[in-house]
Amino acid sequence: MKERPTVLYDVPGPRARRRNVLYTVLFLLALAALIWWVVLSLEEKNQLEWSKWSPFFTDSRAWTTYILPGLENTLIGAALAMVIALPLGALFGIARLSDHRWVRGAAGTVVEFFRAIPVLILMLFANAAYSEFTDIRPETRPLYAVVTGLVLYNASVLAEVVRAGILSLPAGQTDAAKAIGMRKGQTMAHVLLPQSVTAMLPALVSQLVVIVKDTALGGAMLGFSELLASVRPMSANYGANTIASFTVVAVIFVLLNFALTTFAAWLERRLRRAKKSTGAVVGADAVEELATPGEHVGPADGPK
Amino acid sequence: MFDFLEGYDLLGAFWVTVQLTVISAIGSLIWGTLLAAMRVSPVPLMRGFGTAYVNVVRNIPLTVIIVFTSLGLFQTLGVSMGAKDFTTINFRLAVLGLIAYTAAFVCEAVRSGINTVPVGQVEAARAIGLDFPQVLRLIVLPQAFRSVVGPLANVLIALTKNTTVAAAIGVGEAALLMREMIENEAQLILISVIFAVGFICLTLPTGLLLGRLSKKVAVKR
Repeated sequence: MKERPTVLYDVPGPRARRRNVLYTVLFLLALAALIWWVVLSLEEKNQLEWSKWSPFFTDSRAWTTYILPGLENTLIGAALAMVIALPLGALFGIARLSDHRWVRGAAGTVVEFFRAIPVLILMLFANAAYSEFTDIRPETRPLYAVVTGLVLYNASVLAEVVRAGILSLPAGQTDAAKAIGMRKGQTMAHVLLPQSVTAMLPALVSQLVVIVKDTALGGAMLGFSELLASVRPMSANYGANTIASFTVVAVIFVLLNFALTTFAAWLERRLRRAKKSTGAVVGADAVEELATPGEHVGPADGPK
Repeated sequence: MFDFLEGYDLLGAFWVTVQLTVISAIGSLIWGTLLAAMRVSPVPLMRGFGTAYVNVVRNIPLTVIIVFTSLGLFQTLGVSMGAKDFTTINFRLAVLGLIAYTAAFVCEAVRSGINTVPVGQVEAARAIGLDFPQVLRLIVLPQAFRSVVGPLANVLIALTKNTTVAAAIGVGEAALLMREMIENEAQLILISVIFAVGFICLTLPTGLLLGRLSKKVAVKR
């Protein structure tokens, strides 16, 4: 990207360019000082010794005993939550668009309730409820609790995504369906839903990132053996290499979620460009808005 | 019916939640605005740093960051944030983690606010002879602030809900008290309803209020 005028500044002239060089040097110095300080304090606590990092590079057992099983549980939890929450969310999202006021009201209340509560509260409740009212074995209970908490929360967010997806379609779609004599249910099943699925794909992928991140709560609070939970046994086993273990776990999370985020952005760009569809999109950034309790200005973009 | 509440400092726990929220909100607003300033600055290196920070931090679970502040920063590296007792240390570490995480979202909200200002507005301002500070003060920032209210409100509410993660390092806020209570008392449903209602009281009015405000100040284009 070559210099181009933006909202804030014009293409820099010679004086501005000199000033920018000065800023670059100052910032570089500050950054170098920060890195120097971090390295020093790591060195002081012997966290940079090769023996603390080598298990991740030379010993496949570090991966097969700790990291991969943890990652597997993270992915299983996130996938289960998404798969269960999506149909539930679609149900509630469609119910919020119902012509009957009491259906709309009931679905709206449920959605607002679960969007307003932290997902950890829901997980703690689910965990205690399973141990009190069911005989699910204690080993599998954390998975059930994590998935239940995630489903309750994300179904309500996905309900809003589905609703926004349907509302983002041009009104002409419903009009045309009515004109050829389709009933309400037929319009929804054959015209609106299929198109809204495409429109909301970026938002769905984006919400999957939120789900993946929230599984880590189960590891910290419920004893769910996911990726974050593998840090403790690893650092116990490889000579207190806490920093190294955290770095590896964080890098895996970043790579996984960055791939998903990039995919969502790519989907969004593609859909906005698409000539065949209506061009309606629920953007990847819309999920932050849709996860917030309370009514909003429509976050979904209409056809452009 | 509510006998089981005796011996628990319910209000105190929610007060810690509020404290965590307010302090982290102020801190992340400052740090997030600085990051946003870097991301829109004319210096490529600062832009790169801002982008890298946001992309990395947004994709790490908050739980990993919070647990790292305790296990990594405090227990391994001995960073105690200038406090002596464990309660204060954990509280400050949790605030640090929440600020580091939330600032990435604040940054994106502020940046998208600046980006909503059409380039034509600024070109027009330059054409009538306004200099850079004037352009910023009279044209860009007033419009950016208005369009940033809504997204920042979303970040604030998400932060309120996210403070529960501090329970993972033993900060005595609402979620930690809830876990303690459901372990000791046989009133699961009632306890859960109480905590759910407590959080709804914190998040829903803020959401409605700020939602209305953002609609009111929105720039009509």
